Amino acid sequence: MSRAGLHDARPEELAPLQTEAEAASYLGGDTSLRAWLTTTDHKRIGVLYLIAITCFFAIAAVAAALIRIELLTPQGDLLTAEGYNRAFTIHGIIMVWFFLIPSIPNVFGNFLIPLMIGARDLAFPRLNLASWYIFVFGGLFTLAAVIFGGVDTGWTFYTPLSSTYANGNVVLALAAVFIAGWSSILTGINFIVTIHKLRAPGMTWGRLPLFVWMHYATALILVLATPVLTVTLLLVAAERIFGLGIFNPALGGDPLLFQHLFWFYSHPAVYIMVLPAMGVVSELVPAAAHKKLFGYWFVACSGLAIALVGFLVWGHHMFVSGQSAFASTIFSFLSLIVAVPSAIKVYNWTATLYKGSIALDAPFLFAMGFIGLFVMGGLTGLMLALLAIDVHVHDTYFVVAHFHYIMVGGAVTAFLGAAHFWWPKMFGRMYNEAWGRTSAVLIFIGFNVTFFPQFLLGYMGMPRRYHVYPPEFQTLHVISTAGAGLLGLGYLLPLIYFLYSFRHGRPASANPWAATGLEWTVPSPPPEHNFEEPPVVIRAPYDYPLSHDSSLR
Amino acid sequence: MRIGRLVLTWIALLVLLALTIASSFLPIGDWSQLINFVIAAAKAALILWIFMKMREETALVRLAAITSAVLLLVLGGMLAADYELRSPSPYVLTDASSVASRI
Amino acid sequence: MTIVRHEPFPDIARQREADRLGMAVFLASEAMLFGAVVMGLLALRSFEPASFAATSQRLNLVAGSVNTAVLLTSSLLVAIGAEARACDRQRLARWALGCAALLGLVFLAIKGSEYVQEYGEGLMPGAGPKQDFATPGARMFMDGYFVATALHALHVTIGVAMLAGCAWRLRGDDAPSTVAVENIGLYWHLVDIVWVFLFPVLYLSR
Repeated sequence: MSRAGLHDARPEELAPLQTEAEAASYLGGDTSLRAWLTTTDHKRIGVLYLIAITCFFAIAAVAAALIRIELLTPQGDLLTAEGYNRAFTIHGIIMVWFFLIPSIPNVFGNFLIPLMIGARDLAFPRLNLASWYIFVFGGLFTLAAVIFGGVDTGWTFYTPLSSTYANGNVVLALAAVFIAGWSSILTGINFIVTIHKLRAPGMTWGRLPLFVWMHYATALILVLATPVLTVTLLLVAAERIFGLGIFNPALGGDPLLFQHLFWFYSHPAVYIMVLPAMGVVSELVPAAAHKKLFGYWFVACSGLAIALVGFLVWGHHMFVSGQSAFASTIFSFLSLIVAVPSAIKVYNWTATLYKGSIALDAPFLFAMGFIGLFVMGGLTGLMLALLAIDVHVHDTYFVVAHFHYIMVGGAVTAFLGAAHFWWPKMFGRMYNEAWGRTSAVLIFIGFNVTFFPQFLLGYMGMPRRYHVYPPEFQTLHVISTAGAGLLGLGYLLPLIYFLYSFRHGRPASANPWAATGLEWTVPSPPPEHNFEEPPVVIRAPYDYPLSHDSSLR
Repeated sequence: MRIGRLVLTWIALLVLLALTIASSFLPIGDWSQLINFVIAAAKAALILWIFMKMREETALVRLAAITSAVLLLVLGGMLAADYELRSPSPYVLTDASSVASRI
Repeated sequence: MTIVRHEPFPDIARQREADRLGMAVFLASEAMLFGAVVMGLLALRSFEPASFAATSQRLNLVAGSVNTAVLLTSSLLVAIGAEARACDRQRLARWALGCAALLGLVFLAIKGSEYVQEYGEGLMPGAGPKQDFATPGARMFMDGYFVATALHALHVTIGVAMLAGCAWRLRGDDAPSTVAVENIGLYWHLVDIVWVFLFPVLYLSR
C-alpha cells in the first residue's frame, strides 16, 4: 500500500461509498472540481479526456442514428439532402477528430505510459493539461457548428465546395479542427520526450511494452503530419473568407492541391487511430493467452514501419480525382506495401495465441474481435489499393464499410478492450464480467450485421453520402440499420455497467488479470505519484507465465 | 566564447544571400530556381550546424531535424510526380483558357 | 545559476535533455507547417509559371533582401546571446538578445511597409483602392505571398516577444537557464530558416 505523500484518510473523511484504496489513490486527496480542472496528474487528465470523448462519441452516434434511420427507405423522408449532408459531416468530423484520434492515446496513453515505463508523470505535465483545454476549446467550436445548423461539406472538406460554394458554418468547423490539431501536436511532443527520457533504470527499448512502442510511433505521426492539416485548413478558411482562389478552378486554382495537402495528413491520421489500438491488442493478447508475445521486435519495428510508410500512400484517396496515372501507380504500389507490417502484427498475435491457455474475459473477447475485424478491414484495404478495383468502388459504400471495419471494428473495439482491461487499474473496481462479455459479443455481431452488407451495397454500386437510392438496395440497408441498433445497444451497455461499478463494483486487486507490466505492480487505483521510488527493471517484457501476480522487479 | 566562428558564419550567410539574389538576374531560365533552392539549403545547413549547434547535439535531436526535411521532400516529390506528369484528358475541350488545359 | 528540478525528472541533466528534445520535436512540427506552405507555393508556381514570375518581380526586392539580411543578423545576435548565457556573461547576453528582438521588430516594420505599398499598388487581393492583377495567376501569387508572409510574421512576433522577455529576465536574479535561452534561440533560428526558403520562392522567381 503506498503512502505517496497523501495523509491517511480517516473513516469519516471517506465519501460514502469510497474504498480506502480509492481514498489513498490519485482519485482521493483533493477532489474538488477546481483540483480536477487544474491538475497536472497524467492520470486525472486521462480521466478528463475520457469524459470529454465519451460526450463527443454520444453526439456523433446520434448523427449516425439519423443517417441509418434515413437510409431505411429509398426516399429522403427523414432528412432533406442538405440535412443529410450535415448529419454525415458532423458524424465524421466528431468521430475522427474528437473521438478516434484522442481516444486511446489521450485516455489510456496518458494514464498508462508513465506507469508502464516507471515514471512519475509525463515529461511536460502542464503541457498535458494545456492539451486537454485546447481539445475542449476546439470541441466547443464543434458544438457551436452543430448548434448553428451544421456543415455539409463532409469531414473531408473538399474544395471548391468547402472553400467557395458551401453554405453553413464551415469556418467554425475548420476552426474546431484547427484548434484540436494543436492538442494533438502537444500530446505527440509529450509522448516522444517522455518515452525517450523518463524510462526507469533497466527499462531498455527492448523491455518496453508494445503499447508504449505503438504510442511512440503514433506520436511521430501526430507531430509530423498534423501541422500540414493545420496549414491546409487555414488555407481553406482564408479562401472562404478572403476569396483566395488557390483551390478554385474558376480562378485558376487546383482542387487537387487541397486533396494532396489534406490527405498527406489524413492518411497518416488513420494510423494515429489504429496504431494505439494495435498497442492495446499487443497487451491484451499475451495477457489473454498467458503467454509471451511472439516476435516482440517484429511487432515493435512493424509499428514504426507503419508510421513511416503511412506517410507515403496518401494518393490512394485520389485515384479518380485527376491525379496523374504515374503518381497513382506509385501510390498504389506503396499502399500494398503498407499492409505488410500490419499483417506481420496479425501473424504475431495469432502465433501468441497458439497453444496459449486463453482466458475469455471481456477484454480478451474484444481483442479477438479486433483481430478478426481488422483483418477484414485490412484485406478490403488491399482491394482498394488496386487501381482497377478502386475505380469501380470509389465513393461507394465499399469504402465506407472498409474504413468502418478498421475504425469501428478495429479502433473502437480496441478502445473498449482497453477500457475493460485497465478499468480495474484506473478506478479500483471490477465491472460485471457477464455483462462485459455480453457487450463484447453483442458489439461483434451488431457490427458485422451493420457493416458487412455495406460491402455488398458498395460493390453493387450504392454511392456513399447519398440519402436517396434505388429501391433494389433497400433490403441490405434495412439489415444494416438493424445491425446499427444492435451495435448501439452494445455500446450503451458498458456505459451503464461501468458507471454502476463505481459504487457497486468489487474492489480490484493490483493485478486482477495476472498480467505483466509495471502498471500492475502499483495499487489499483494508483497513488498520485505512481511509484515511491523508481522501479528497477530486470525482467524481459511479457515474462509469462508469472510465478506470482505482482512484483516484477 | 566562440564568437569568431559565429561571425564568420554570418558573413558566409550574407555572401550566399548576395549570390542568390545575383543568380536570379542571370539569363539561365529555370536553372535559377534550382540554384536558389540549393543556396537556401546551404544557408539552412549553416544555420542548423553552427547557430543551432546541431554539431553538438545528440543523434536524436539531429534525427528530429532530418525527419521533417525528408518528409517534405516526399511531399514535394509526389506533388511533382502528379503535377508534372499529368497527361491531357481526351474528355476536355482544350481552348485558350489555361484552366481547362490543366484539368 | 541553477535551474529548478521539476517533477517528474529524477535529475537535472535528464530534465535539460528532455527540454532540448521537446523543443527539437516542436521545431520539427513547425518545419512541417511551413514546409506545407512552401509546397503550396511551389505548386502554385507550377500552375502558371509566367504569371508567378511576373508578379514576383512586382514585389519590393530591396525590402525583401534587406529583411533577409536583418533576420540573418538577428540570428547571429541570438547565437551570440546563447553563447554568452552559457558562459554566464549575462550583460552581453542581455544586449545580444535585446538587439535581436529589435531587429525582429525592424523586420516586421519593413514587412508592414511592404504590405502598405502593395495595398496602394493594387496587389492586395480583395482590398485596396484598386485591384491590379494581370491574370488570375497573379492574384493567386499574391494570395500565396500574403498567407506565407503573414504566417511567418506571426511567428516572428512570437519570437520577438520571447527574446524580449528573455532579455528582460536576464537583468535580475530569476535569469532563464542556458537551456531555456538556447531553446528560444532555436525557435528564432527556425523562423530564420523558414524565411531563407520563403525569400527566393517569393522574391526571386523571375
